[in-house]
Amino acid sequence: MIRLKGLTRRYGALAAVDSVDLEIPPNEVFGIIGKSGAGKSTLVRLISLLERPDSGEVWYADRRVDDLSPSELVAERRRVGMIFQSFNLFGSRTAGGNVAYPLEIAGVRRREARARVDELLELVGLSGRGDSPISALSGGQKQRIAIARALAVEPSILFCDEATSALDPQTTRSILDLLRRLQRGMGLTVVMITHQMEVVRDACDRVAVLDEGRVVETGPVADVFSRPKTAVTREFLSHLNPMERDRTLTAGSAEPEASGLVRWSHEGGAYTLRFRGSLTGEPVLSRLAREYGVDVNIRAGGVQTVGDLPVGTLVADITGEAGEVRRALESLRSAGVIVEENEA
Amino acid sequence: MTNIGAFIDLVGTATAETLAMVSLSTLLSLALGFPLGVLLCVTAPTGISPRPVLSQALSRVVNVLRSFPFIILMILLFPLSRVVVGTSIGTAATIVPLSIAAAPFVARIIESALKEVDPGVVQAARAMGSLNRQIVLKVLIPEALPALVSGTTLTVINLIGYSAMAGAIGGGGLGDLAIRYGYQRFRSDIMAAAVLIILALVELIQLAGNRLSARLLARR
Repeated sequence: MIRLKGLTRRYGALAAVDSVDLEIPPNEVFGIIGKSGAGKSTLVRLISLLERPDSGEVWYADRRVDDLSPSELVAERRRVGMIFQSFNLFGSRTAGGNVAYPLEIAGVRRREARARVDELLELVGLSGRGDSPISALSGGQKQRIAIARALAVEPSILFCDEATSALDPQTTRSILDLLRRLQRGMGLTVVMITHQMEVVRDACDRVAVLDEGRVVETGPVADVFSRPKTAVTREFLSHLNPMERDRTLTAGSAEPEASGLVRWSHEGGAYTLRFRGSLTGEPVLSRLAREYGVDVNIRAGGVQTVGDLPVGTLVADITGEAGEVRRALESLRSAGVIVEENEA
Repeated sequence: MTNIGAFIDLVGTATAETLAMVSLSTLLSLALGFPLGVLLCVTAPTGISPRPVLSQALSRVVNVLRSFPFIILMILLFPLSRVVVGTSIGTAATIVPLSIAAAPFVARIIESALKEVDPGVVQAARAMGSLNRQIVLKVLIPEALPALVSGTTLTVINLIGYSAMAGAIGGGGLGDLAIRYGYQRFRSDIMAAAVLIILALVELIQLAGNRLSARLLARR
């Protein structure tokens, strides 16, 4: 469990992180999402003890860690792992030499360290690549080596600072899979800083949305995704929605997009309807047509899995007499469907 | 004077003196300048252990020493040479001012090489709980090694130039030979030999430095 209490960090007049209170439960992948400039990087530097807050507290379990002495700080940093967007590997060392570094500075004996390095390389799927120079590795392999290096000291917490932002979608997926697998296998608490909603959707259990240095929303991913409370969150979600992206898919092609939606018409689509959980199985729309006499024309649709919860999304036009349309939308909302009006 | 043996003797002795001056003053200036360069990098505002006052003070000292004309520095350092090596004339005495003149230059070169190391890599080392000493020895210096080698090459070449100048005020070596025989006694053959040997030395050292630096980079 990591707890943040009123955490604040200012740069001049700007509060990069502004009185953040947050509880990060153990044994989960916790996402912190925000646009660039939202304060994510500062926040992760504060939680990972790379920087001291101006005010507020950081607690690892029942230990306060934001006010440690320099030597305690070094000891504490050796108990957490961290990976970065640009991997930050040592070019002067081989892949295996990078993984050995944290063991070396902790004074682990050479023979012991070598055995541990081999284990770690196997864990991240790169056995036998220990002697490779860093420049000979692909981006995904570099991040795997960085993960192995971060886990060398068997930390209980792993911080990921935009760890997949420099990778292509396929490599991103394989790195996220690896992180999830390691998280479950080792009982890690993973804190994942990102600006990509896909990362939160595919890898996180819980998410906090950061905007202008403040946490504006937090909760289990499925809840936040299906009932976004703030405009910032909705904007992030819209990037998962075909309305705003990937207009190149031709009508009629039934290829699911990255968002999990299939679109068969590029026109129309005045409303986006989101059905969460059990609602996914109910005949809501046919009831709508029967009871309110409105026409429903579906333009795109699909089921996305958010966390372990299915969320159905439909992009549709709802036409008919204005009052009936309004009543129909109200009944949808009262049935628990999230209705968003799309801009024409 | 047309004796080939005497000619070779003259030039050979001078070359040996130059080599001794340059190699010893390279070692000494590295010994003085390397720690200073590390300190400049570490204590800088963006360094791993910022110490603004110390950093400013060191920087001033280095700048003053660097802007001193070498020939004047050498004369000023005669008393020091006398204390350290017992004389202010000759090859051994020249090593003192040469080392002190080159040390601040070495410091700046080391500093800038170390500052070129990716700050992200240093941050990663810090996040893993490295002590500052470990960051310097295990991260900064190994990461900057090719640049450090190039910098040292440059230092050696500069010292060859300085050592020729030191010859003018009784330092011995090829510069001294060129002035006393080539210039003052109109021995253009000796002048040509001295200049050619200096050119060859510079060329060889540059080549060796480039090779070594390239080999270090190729291994990455």
